[in-house]
Amino acid sequence: MYAYDEIDRTLVNERVSEFRDQVKRRLSGELTEDEFKILRLQNGVYLQLHAYMFRVAIPYGTLASNQLRALAHVARKYDRGYGHFTTRQNIQFNWIKLAELPDALADLAEVGIHAMQTSGNNMRNVTSDQWAGVAPGEIEDPRIWSELIRQHTTLHPEFSFLPRKFKIAITASDHDRAAIKIHDIGLKLIKNEKGETGFEVLVGGGLGRTPFIGKTIKHFVHGRDILSYIEAILRVYNQYGRRDNIYKARIKILVHELGIEKFSREVEEEWQHIRNSSLQIDDEVIEDIRSRFAYPSYEKLPHNPDQLRQAAADPDFEAWRKNSVAPHKVQGYSIVTISLKPIGAPPGDATAEQMDALADLADRYSFGEIRVGHEQNLALPHVAKRDLPALWKALDKLGLATPNVNLITDIIACPGLDYCSLANARSIPIAQELTRRFANHELANLIGRLHINISGCINACGHHHVGHIGILGVEKNGEEVYQITIGGRADESAALGNLIGPGVKFDEVADVVEDIVEAYLALRERPEELFMDTVKRLGVEPFKERVYATR
Amino acid sequence: MPLVNGGKIVDDSFVKLAVDTPLPEGGDVLVPAERFVGEADALLKRTGKVGVIWPNNRDIAELVPYLGKIAVVALVFPTFRDGRAYSQARLLRERYNYRGELRATGQILRDQFVFMLRAGFDSFDVKKQADAEAFMETAKRYSVFYQPTGDGRITALHRRMQLRHSEGVGT
Repeated sequence: MYAYDEIDRTLVNERVSEFRDQVKRRLSGELTEDEFKILRLQNGVYLQLHAYMFRVAIPYGTLASNQLRALAHVARKYDRGYGHFTTRQNIQFNWIKLAELPDALADLAEVGIHAMQTSGNNMRNVTSDQWAGVAPGEIEDPRIWSELIRQHTTLHPEFSFLPRKFKIAITASDHDRAAIKIHDIGLKLIKNEKGETGFEVLVGGGLGRTPFIGKTIKHFVHGRDILSYIEAILRVYNQYGRRDNIYKARIKILVHELGIEKFSREVEEEWQHIRNSSLQIDDEVIEDIRSRFAYPSYEKLPHNPDQLRQAAADPDFEAWRKNSVAPHKVQGYSIVTISLKPIGAPPGDATAEQMDALADLADRYSFGEIRVGHEQNLALPHVAKRDLPALWKALDKLGLATPNVNLITDIIACPGLDYCSLANARSIPIAQELTRRFANHELANLIGRLHINISGCINACGHHHVGHIGILGVEKNGEEVYQITIGGRADESAALGNLIGPGVKFDEVADVVEDIVEAYLALRERPEELFMDTVKRLGVEPFKERVYATR
Repeated sequence: MPLVNGGKIVDDSFVKLAVDTPLPEGGDVLVPAERFVGEADALLKRTGKVGVIWPNNRDIAELVPYLGKIAVVALVFPTFRDGRAYSQARLLRERYNYRGELRATGQILRDQFVFMLRAGFDSFDVKKQADAEAFMETAKRYSVFYQPTGDGRITALHRRMQLRHSEGVGT
């Protein structure tokens, strides 16, 4: 993981002291709520239905164990003993008191964690693959570049008051776990024919009211030019992005209105002015950042240790191993995904006790490192295979070994009407009910990979457009109504789902999902054909017929 | 609204002219863009200094032919969440080499001072007296900067390289 130096620490402390002054001015009435709103949003503080909500950044999803303990401490001391991991590698605390926020920030700053730009119309937390640096077949560790961009986008003097929020995601694998195609800028690390590192740059992806899949704006931007190229995109956006209507202010609308060709010409012209400037990155700078990422000293370990062979007799362990353990680039090690989706609980929540215990397990079994993924699960990125049985036992005791990663109960959901002031409908209770319906592990396994994504309003924090099954809650005549789509996906083949039929009431959502799943099981050609492949092969119609036949 | 220039609260020598106010004989005037472009010759012939108030949705490149002759460019922040003028400011300073006074006007709070200084502003029409008085203290709030801009402040990346090289000496 990246170790802050004195320079990074100084900046975070300076930001905390600035925010302390802003809170003080608000509490004394010197700042109006309207003025303070923009300032608090720059620092991840929302005013929700019941209280202030505080969103903390976990850049590119990498946490050290002491940082996870600090998050547990904040949950315990300033909140109600739990936190909620989001779809953008952030954690949210739902019950924070304004007057205590500066202290919470100061506590987090001690371990190099901040909340800068986790909301507001600026460049948000830079996200990446939660398996970065350990996934087999990666071009190189995308976190080096993520950190470079994190620094460059932090308190940017030109782009801190953009037309709307701006999100950047980076991947270095063919299989995209960072959902780069639904980001304002998506970056895919690639090598050119000379073997030099650079990026395919996508622009204009995003969900919300008007969803778009990102388009490639440039097939190869050399690594040394990536900051100037991003700067050029942002300068065009800052000047020409719409500010008259918040629903049309994202860069995706500008790209759509100008067309990708015209937009890319504008960017190219701007870029030619600034590419040979101090924004150019030389290898030494990259090496300096790389040198502050600590990589574990892996042992030489067998591929299939005795401990693993012995544990294979336990069907519960095997169910978990097959579901939650993925190959690591180093022999003898694994990546372990930790499901934050226990049956009947809100997706993505973790208690302070779980966070503390997980930090201890990370110290013991994963070189003190934890990852956070956009699916609202956690991961231990460097677990020796011989330790898997012991780790499983410990996770199981903590309620963190539900073997449902990538299965139908591994649901992404926004906080919805239970917390959020923007929501029109509840999300969490829908997710809870669905996990109960599909609680049987054999059934979930039979269904196979299937992502359900739930948003409680059109802003799409639950990424419903790109769920294999997407559920969007809206309000109609004072009632919660849910629109259901199928066929969306967020990976390298990203696509938006299609509406399957008329909206249904709160009580009917789980029934409809069960009917969709039943239709899939009847329609699939063979057990290996995944839900999304059946939908791709047959389209929405056969599903619609079966699901709505009796409605 | 107090004007901060050179870090201090100062008297503003410029009189803001509306589109239709008759042009005074002498004295410094600040003129809306529309009028400035229309009457540039007459304005620049006067003895007093001339400044222009440039809206944030008009191409700043239009000003280039006049940059050597005007004393002030005032860029507008209709609300402080509208950040277009930051780009205009950087273009003026860094691409068009404008060296005169660059004034931020509109909803200017202390919370923008550092961003504005970094973008090249050196004078500020501050909305609140308390913010104007807090200018010097607020401007010094940050000592670390991640991005290179035309203000010449050393960036974190650069500082690290210097540290690396100085540590490298003799080893």
